[in-house]
Amino acid sequence: MFEHFFANPSTILMGGVTGFLFGFLLQKGGVTRYNVIVGQFLLKDFTVLKIMLTAVIVGSVGIYGMRALGLDVNLHVKTTALLGNALGGLIFGAGMAVLGYCPGTAVAAIGEGSRHAIPGVLGMFVGAGLFAESYPWIKTHILSVGNLGKVTFADLTGFSPWWFIAGLIIVAVYGLTTLERWEKNNQS
Amino acid sequence: MISILKKARWSPYAVGTGIGVLSWVTFALMNKALGVSTTMVRAAGAVEALVSEAHIRSNSYFVKYLGTLDEPYPVFEWQFSLVVMLVLGAFCAALLSSTHVREVVPDLWKSRFGPSKWVRFVGAFLAGIVVIFGARLAGGCTSGHGISGGLQLAVSSWIFFICLFVSGIVTAWLLYGKGGQGHV
Repeated sequence: MFEHFFANPSTILMGGVTGFLFGFLLQKGGVTRYNVIVGQFLLKDFTVLKIMLTAVIVGSVGIYGMRALGLDVNLHVKTTALLGNALGGLIFGAGMAVLGYCPGTAVAAIGEGSRHAIPGVLGMFVGAGLFAESYPWIKTHILSVGNLGKVTFADLTGFSPWWFIAGLIIVAVYGLTTLERWEKNNQS
Repeated sequence: MISILKKARWSPYAVGTGIGVLSWVTFALMNKALGVSTTMVRAAGAVEALVSEAHIRSNSYFVKYLGTLDEPYPVFEWQFSLVVMLVLGAFCAALLSSTHVREVVPDLWKSRFGPSKWVRFVGAFLAGIVVIFGARLAGGCTSGHGISGGLQLAVSSWIFFICLFVSGIVTAWLLYGKGGQGHV
Protein backbone atom coordinates (compact mmCIF):
# COMPACT_ATOMS: atom_id res chain seq x y z
CA MET A 1 0.00 0.00 0.00
CA PHE A 2 2.87 2.33 0.63
CA GLU A 3 3.70 2.93 -2.99
CA HIS A 4 0.23 4.49 -3.11
CA PHE A 5 0.56 6.32 0.18
CA PHE A 6 0.15 9.88 -1.09
CA ALA A 7 -2.61 11.38 -3.24
CA ASN A 8 -1.54 13.82 -5.95
CA PRO A 9 0.23 16.99 -4.75
CA SER A 10 -2.59 19.43 -5.66
CA THR A 11 -5.10 17.43 -3.58
CA ILE A 12 -2.71 17.40 -0.64
CA LEU A 13 -2.05 21.13 -1.04
CA MET A 14 -5.76 21.99 -1.11
CA GLY A 15 -6.47 19.83 1.94
CA GLY A 16 -3.50 21.35 3.72
CA VAL A 17 -4.54 24.95 3.08
CA THR A 18 -8.08 24.11 4.24
CA GLY A 19 -6.75 22.46 7.39
CA PHE A 20 -4.43 25.35 8.18
CA LEU A 21 -7.27 27.88 7.94
CA PHE A 22 -9.65 25.60 9.85
CA GLY A 23 -7.12 25.09 12.67
CA PHE A 24 -6.39 28.82 12.76
CA LEU A 25 -10.11 29.62 13.10
CA LEU A 26 -10.69 26.96 15.77
CA GLN A 27 -7.86 28.36 17.90
CA LYS A 28 -9.01 31.98 17.49
CA GLY A 29 -12.52 30.87 18.40
CA GLY A 30 -11.27 29.33 21.65
CA VAL A 31 -12.70 25.88 20.92
CA THR A 32 -9.25 24.29 21.13
CA ARG A 33 -9.60 24.80 24.90
CA TYR A 34 -10.89 22.00 27.13
CA ASN A 35 -12.60 24.60 29.35
CA VAL A 36 -14.60 26.06 26.49
CA ILE A 37 -15.87 22.66 25.30
CA VAL A 38 -16.76 21.29 28.73
CA GLY A 39 -18.07 24.76 29.64
CA GLN A 40 -20.58 24.37 26.82
CA PHE A 41 -21.88 21.08 28.22
CA LEU A 42 -22.05 22.62 31.71
CA LEU A 43 -24.10 25.44 30.12
CA LYS A 44 -21.64 28.07 31.31
CA ASP A 45 -19.95 29.03 28.03
CA PHE A 46 -21.94 28.95 24.76
CA THR A 47 -19.03 29.54 22.37
CA VAL A 48 -19.35 26.11 20.72
CA LEU A 49 -23.02 26.55 19.93
CA LYS A 50 -22.49 30.11 18.63
CA ILE A 51 -19.70 29.06 16.28
CA MET A 52 -21.51 25.97 15.02
CA LEU A 53 -24.86 27.66 14.38
CA THR A 54 -23.18 30.58 12.60
CA ALA A 55 -21.07 28.24 10.45
CA VAL A 56 -24.11 26.13 9.55
CA ILE A 57 -26.23 29.14 8.57
CA VAL A 58 -23.50 30.93 6.60
CA GLY A 59 -22.56 27.62 4.96
CA SER A 60 -26.11 26.66 4.02
CA VAL A 61 -26.95 30.05 2.52
CA GLY A 62 -23.76 29.88 0.43
CA ILE A 63 -24.02 26.26 -0.72
CA TYR A 64 -27.74 26.34 -1.53
CA GLY A 65 -27.31 29.87 -2.94
CA MET A 66 -24.61 28.74 -5.37
CA ARG A 67 -26.78 25.78 -6.42
CA ALA A 68 -29.75 28.12 -6.96
CA LEU A 69 -27.55 30.27 -9.20
CA GLY A 70 -26.89 27.20 -11.31
CA LEU A 71 -23.29 26.64 -10.23
CA ASP A 72 -22.06 23.06 -10.27
CA VAL A 73 -21.80 22.43 -6.52
CA ASN A 74 -22.38 18.87 -5.33
CA LEU A 75 -23.87 17.95 -1.99
CA HIS A 76 -22.07 15.38 0.19
CA VAL A 77 -24.90 14.10 2.36
CA LYS A 78 -24.20 11.23 4.74
CA THR A 79 -26.53 8.26 5.01
CA THR A 80 -29.36 8.46 7.50
CA ALA A 81 -29.40 5.29 9.59
CA LEU A 82 -31.60 6.38 12.47
CA LEU A 83 -30.24 3.99 15.12
CA GLY A 84 -26.61 4.48 14.11
CA ASN A 85 -26.85 8.28 13.94
CA ALA A 86 -28.62 8.54 17.30
CA LEU A 87 -26.55 5.95 19.16
CA GLY A 88 -23.35 7.32 17.61
CA GLY A 89 -24.28 10.84 18.73
CA LEU A 90 -25.00 9.68 22.28
CA ILE A 91 -21.70 7.77 22.53
CA PHE A 92 -19.79 10.64 20.91
CA GLY A 93 -21.27 13.25 23.27
CA ALA A 94 -20.36 11.23 26.36
CA GLY A 95 -16.78 10.77 25.14
CA MET A 96 -16.49 14.43 24.16
CA ALA A 97 -17.58 15.59 27.64
CA VAL A 98 -14.82 13.48 29.23
CA LEU A 99 -12.13 14.24 26.65
CA GLY A 100 -13.04 17.92 26.38
CA TYR A 101 -12.46 17.84 22.63
CA CYS A 102 -13.99 16.51 19.46
CA PRO A 103 -11.66 14.99 16.82
CA GLY A 104 -10.90 18.24 14.97
CA THR A 105 -10.44 20.37 18.08
CA ALA A 106 -8.29 17.69 19.76
CA VAL A 107 -5.85 17.70 16.85
CA ALA A 108 -5.82 21.51 16.77
CA ALA A 109 -5.37 21.62 20.58
CA ILE A 110 -2.09 19.73 20.17
CA GLY A 111 -0.89 22.64 18.01
CA GLU A 112 -1.90 25.06 20.72
CA GLY A 113 0.12 23.08 23.26
CA SER A 114 -2.44 21.01 25.17
CA ARG A 115 -0.46 17.93 26.23
CA HIS A 116 -3.47 15.87 27.27
CA ALA A 117 -4.97 16.12 23.78
CA ILE A 118 -2.16 13.82 22.56
CA PRO A 119 -3.34 10.65 24.37
CA GLY A 120 -6.86 11.64 23.29
CA VAL A 121 -5.88 11.52 19.61
CA LEU A 122 -3.96 8.27 20.14
CA GLY A 123 -7.16 6.83 21.62
CA MET A 124 -8.97 7.93 18.44
CA PHE A 125 -6.67 5.81 16.27
CA VAL A 126 -7.40 2.83 18.51
CA GLY A 127 -11.15 3.57 18.47
CA ALA A 128 -11.12 3.71 14.66
CA GLY A 129 -9.39 0.31 14.54
CA LEU A 130 -11.88 -1.19 16.99
CA PHE A 131 -14.78 0.16 14.94
CA ALA A 132 -13.39 -1.27 11.70
CA GLU A 133 -12.97 -4.68 13.35
CA SER A 134 -16.56 -4.68 14.61
CA TYR A 135 -18.02 -3.19 11.41
CA PRO A 136 -19.46 -6.40 9.91
CA TRP A 137 -21.61 -6.99 13.00
CA ILE A 138 -22.56 -3.30 13.36
CA LYS A 139 -23.53 -3.03 9.71
CA THR A 140 -25.96 -5.94 9.97
CA HIS A 141 -27.43 -5.19 13.37
CA ILE A 142 -27.32 -1.40 13.81
CA LEU A 143 -26.78 0.45 10.53
CA SER A 144 -29.64 -1.41 8.88
CA VAL A 145 -32.18 -0.01 11.36
CA GLY A 146 -34.09 3.01 10.00
CA ASN A 147 -31.92 3.38 6.92
CA LEU A 148 -33.41 6.18 4.80
CA GLY A 149 -30.43 6.72 2.49
CA LYS A 150 -28.64 10.01 1.87
CA VAL A 151 -31.53 12.35 2.57
CA THR A 152 -31.93 16.00 3.54
CA PHE A 153 -35.01 17.48 5.21
CA ALA A 154 -35.92 18.96 1.83
CA ASP A 155 -35.82 15.48 0.21
CA LEU A 156 -37.78 13.96 3.05
CA THR A 157 -40.60 16.50 3.02
CA GLY A 158 -40.63 17.76 -0.56
CA PHE A 159 -40.38 21.37 0.66
CA SER A 160 -37.77 23.80 -0.68
CA PRO A 161 -34.53 23.83 1.38
CA TRP A 162 -35.02 27.58 1.79
CA TRP A 163 -37.95 27.00 4.17
CA PHE A 164 -35.60 25.11 6.47
CA ILE A 165 -32.80 27.65 6.10
CA ALA A 166 -35.22 30.50 6.85
CA GLY A 167 -36.57 28.62 9.87
CA LEU A 168 -33.05 27.96 11.10
CA ILE A 169 -32.11 31.64 10.74
CA ILE A 170 -35.20 32.77 12.66
CA VAL A 171 -34.65 30.29 15.49
CA ALA A 172 -30.91 31.03 15.67
CA VAL A 173 -31.23 34.84 15.61
CA TYR A 174 -33.97 34.78 18.25
CA GLY A 175 -32.15 32.20 20.39
CA LEU A 176 -28.73 33.81 20.17
CA THR A 177 -29.93 37.38 20.83
CA THR A 178 -31.81 36.08 23.88
CA LEU A 179 -28.67 34.23 24.97
CA GLU A 180 -26.46 37.32 24.52
CA ARG A 181 -28.89 39.41 26.60
CA TRP A 182 -28.95 36.73 29.32
CA GLU A 183 -25.13 36.53 29.35
CA LYS A 184 -24.85 40.31 29.66
CA ASN A 185 -27.30 40.42 32.57
CA ASN A 186 -25.50 37.58 34.34
CA GLN A 187 -22.13 39.33 34.09
CA SER A 188 -23.27 42.57 35.68
CA MET B 1 -4.85 43.51 9.91
CA ILE B 2 -1.87 42.46 12.01
CA SER B 3 -3.62 43.59 15.19
CA ILE B 4 -6.57 41.34 14.37
CA LEU B 5 -4.26 38.36 13.90
CA LYS B 6 -2.59 39.11 17.23
CA LYS B 7 -5.87 39.20 19.09
CA ALA B 8 -6.22 36.20 21.42
CA ARG B 9 -9.89 35.53 20.79
CA TRP B 10 -12.18 36.39 17.93
CA SER B 11 -15.92 36.76 18.18
CA PRO B 12 -17.57 33.33 17.83
CA TYR B 13 -19.79 34.81 15.13
CA ALA B 14 -16.73 35.91 13.13
CA VAL B 15 -15.16 32.46 13.53
CA GLY B 16 -18.42 30.73 12.58
CA THR B 17 -18.71 32.95 9.50
CA GLY B 18 -15.12 32.10 8.59
CA ILE B 19 -15.79 28.36 8.86
CA GLY B 20 -19.01 28.77 6.83
CA VAL B 21 -17.15 30.62 4.07
CA LEU B 22 -14.35 28.03 4.18
CA SER B 23 -16.97 25.37 3.52
CA TRP B 24 -18.21 27.28 0.43
CA VAL B 25 -14.67 27.06 -0.91
CA THR B 26 -14.26 23.34 -0.20
CA PHE B 27 -17.66 22.46 -1.69
CA ALA B 28 -17.37 24.70 -4.76
CA LEU B 29 -13.67 24.48 -5.63
CA MET B 30 -12.57 21.16 -4.18
CA ASN B 31 -15.82 19.13 -4.30
CA LYS B 32 -15.19 18.20 -0.66
CA ALA B 33 -16.92 18.68 2.69
CA LEU B 34 -14.99 19.58 5.85
CA GLY B 35 -14.48 16.51 8.00
CA VAL B 36 -11.94 14.93 10.33
CA SER B 37 -12.85 11.53 11.71
CA THR B 38 -12.42 9.43 8.53
CA THR B 39 -8.73 10.27 8.76
CA MET B 40 -8.54 8.35 12.04
CA VAL B 41 -9.75 5.28 10.12
CA ARG B 42 -7.09 5.74 7.44
CA ALA B 43 -4.41 6.25 10.10
CA ALA B 44 -5.52 3.16 12.03
CA GLY B 45 -5.60 1.14 8.79
CA ALA B 46 -2.10 2.28 7.83
CA VAL B 47 -0.76 1.25 11.25
CA GLU B 48 -2.52 -2.13 11.13
CA ALA B 49 -1.15 -2.65 7.61
CA LEU B 50 2.36 -2.50 9.04
CA VAL B 51 1.50 -5.70 10.88
CA SER B 52 -0.68 -7.36 8.25
CA GLU B 53 -1.74 -5.71 5.03
CA ALA B 54 -3.81 -8.76 4.08
CA HIS B 55 -5.89 -8.16 7.19
CA ILE B 56 -6.95 -4.61 6.31
CA ARG B 57 -7.56 -5.59 2.67
CA SER B 58 -10.09 -8.15 3.87
CA ASN B 59 -11.91 -5.83 6.28
CA SER B 60 -14.90 -4.27 4.54
CA TYR B 61 -14.64 -1.02 6.51
CA PHE B 62 -10.97 -0.41 5.70
CA VAL B 63 -11.63 -1.40 2.08
CA LYS B 64 -14.20 1.43 1.85
CA TYR B 65 -11.54 4.01 2.64
CA LEU B 66 -8.24 2.39 1.67
CA GLY B 67 -9.29 0.19 -1.25
CA THR B 68 -8.25 -3.33 -2.09
CA LEU B 69 -4.87 -4.87 -2.79
CA ASP B 70 -5.43 -4.56 -6.55
CA GLU B 71 -6.89 -1.08 -6.31
CA PRO B 72 -5.51 0.71 -3.23
CA TYR B 73 -6.59 4.27 -2.41
CA PRO B 74 -4.05 6.75 -1.06
CA VAL B 75 -3.81 7.03 2.72
CA PHE B 76 -2.58 10.61 2.77
CA GLU B 77 -5.34 12.27 0.77
CA TRP B 78 -7.28 15.54 1.02
CA GLN B 79 -8.73 15.09 4.50
CA PHE B 80 -5.58 13.49 5.94
CA SER B 81 -3.63 16.54 4.81
CA LEU B 82 -6.33 18.77 6.34
CA VAL B 83 -6.06 17.03 9.71
CA VAL B 84 -2.26 17.23 9.80
CA MET B 85 -2.37 20.94 8.98
CA LEU B 86 -4.91 21.65 11.74
CA VAL B 87 -1.96 21.36 14.10
CA LEU B 88 0.07 24.01 12.28
CA GLY B 89 -2.93 26.34 11.83
CA ALA B 90 -3.70 26.31 15.55
CA PHE B 91 0.01 26.56 16.38
CA CYS B 92 0.42 29.69 14.23
CA ALA B 93 -2.79 31.26 15.54
CA ALA B 94 -1.58 30.78 19.13
CA LEU B 95 1.91 31.99 18.23
CA LEU B 96 0.61 35.28 16.80
CA SER B 97 -1.29 36.06 19.99
CA SER B 98 1.28 34.43 22.35
CA THR B 99 -1.47 32.26 23.80
CA HIS B 100 0.27 28.90 23.74
CA VAL B 101 -0.71 26.73 26.67
CA ARG B 102 1.18 23.97 28.42
CA GLU B 103 -1.97 22.37 29.72
CA VAL B 104 -1.35 18.90 31.15
CA VAL B 105 -4.30 18.48 33.54
CA PRO B 106 -7.16 20.99 33.20
CA ASP B 107 -8.47 22.59 36.42
CA LEU B 108 -11.95 21.13 36.15
CA TRP B 109 -10.55 17.61 35.73
CA LYS B 110 -8.19 18.22 38.68
CA SER B 111 -11.08 19.30 40.89
CA ARG B 112 -12.86 15.99 40.24
CA PHE B 113 -10.16 13.38 39.55
CA GLY B 114 -7.09 14.84 41.22
CA PRO B 115 -3.84 16.29 39.85
CA SER B 116 -2.33 13.05 38.48
CA LYS B 117 -1.05 13.46 34.94
CA TRP B 118 -1.44 9.75 34.25
CA VAL B 119 -5.06 9.57 35.40
CA ARG B 120 -5.87 12.38 32.97
CA PHE B 121 -3.87 10.82 30.12
CA VAL B 122 -5.55 7.43 30.54
CA GLY B 123 -8.95 9.14 30.83
CA ALA B 124 -8.30 11.15 27.65
CA PHE B 125 -7.08 8.03 25.82
CA LEU B 126 -10.20 6.03 26.74
CA ALA B 127 -12.47 8.98 25.91
CA GLY B 128 -10.71 9.28 22.54
CA ILE B 129 -11.62 5.66 21.80
CA VAL B 130 -15.25 6.35 22.73
CA VAL B 131 -15.41 9.57 20.68
CA ILE B 132 -14.25 7.95 17.45
CA PHE B 133 -16.33 4.84 17.95
CA GLY B 134 -19.38 7.09 18.24
CA ALA B 135 -18.32 9.20 15.25
CA ARG B 136 -17.86 6.19 12.98
CA LEU B 137 -21.11 4.61 14.14
CA ALA B 138 -22.93 7.85 13.28
CA GLY B 139 -20.95 8.40 10.07
CA GLY B 140 -19.16 11.60 11.06
CA CYS B 141 -18.00 13.93 13.83
CA THR B 142 -18.61 17.54 14.83
CA SER B 143 -17.06 18.73 11.55
CA GLY B 144 -18.38 16.21 9.03
CA HIS B 145 -21.83 15.82 10.57
CA GLY B 146 -22.16 18.89 12.79
CA ILE B 147 -20.99 21.56 10.36
CA SER B 148 -20.87 20.07 6.84
CA GLY B 149 -23.93 17.87 7.30
CA GLY B 150 -25.84 20.48 9.29
CA LEU B 151 -25.43 23.11 6.58
CA GLN B 152 -26.66 20.66 3.93
CA LEU B 153 -29.77 20.04 6.06
CA ALA B 154 -28.92 16.33 6.21
CA VAL B 155 -31.33 14.35 8.38
CA SER B 156 -28.50 12.11 9.68
CA SER B 157 -26.44 15.11 10.79
CA TRP B 158 -29.18 16.87 12.74
CA ILE B 159 -30.03 13.66 14.58
CA PHE B 160 -26.35 13.24 15.46
CA PHE B 161 -25.96 16.90 16.48
CA ILE B 162 -28.95 16.83 18.85
CA CYS B 163 -27.98 13.47 20.42
CA LEU B 164 -24.39 14.69 20.88
CA PHE B 165 -25.52 17.78 22.78
CA VAL B 166 -28.01 15.95 24.98
CA SER B 167 -25.48 13.25 25.86
CA GLY B 168 -22.64 15.74 26.39
CA ILE B 169 -24.74 17.84 28.75
CA VAL B 170 -25.96 14.81 30.74
CA THR B 171 -22.44 13.36 31.01
CA ALA B 172 -20.84 16.66 32.05
CA TRP B 173 -23.48 17.27 34.75
CA LEU B 174 -23.20 13.71 36.05
CA LEU B 175 -19.42 14.10 36.28
CA TYR B 176 -19.06 17.62 37.59
CA GLY B 177 -22.48 18.93 38.68
CA LYS B 178 -23.23 22.58 39.28
CA GLY B 179 -19.94 23.03 41.13
CA GLY B 180 -18.14 22.31 37.85
CA GLN B 181 -19.27 25.67 36.47
CA GLY B 182 -16.88 27.38 38.86
CA HIS B 183 -13.86 25.67 37.26
CA VAL B 184 -14.42 26.49 33.58
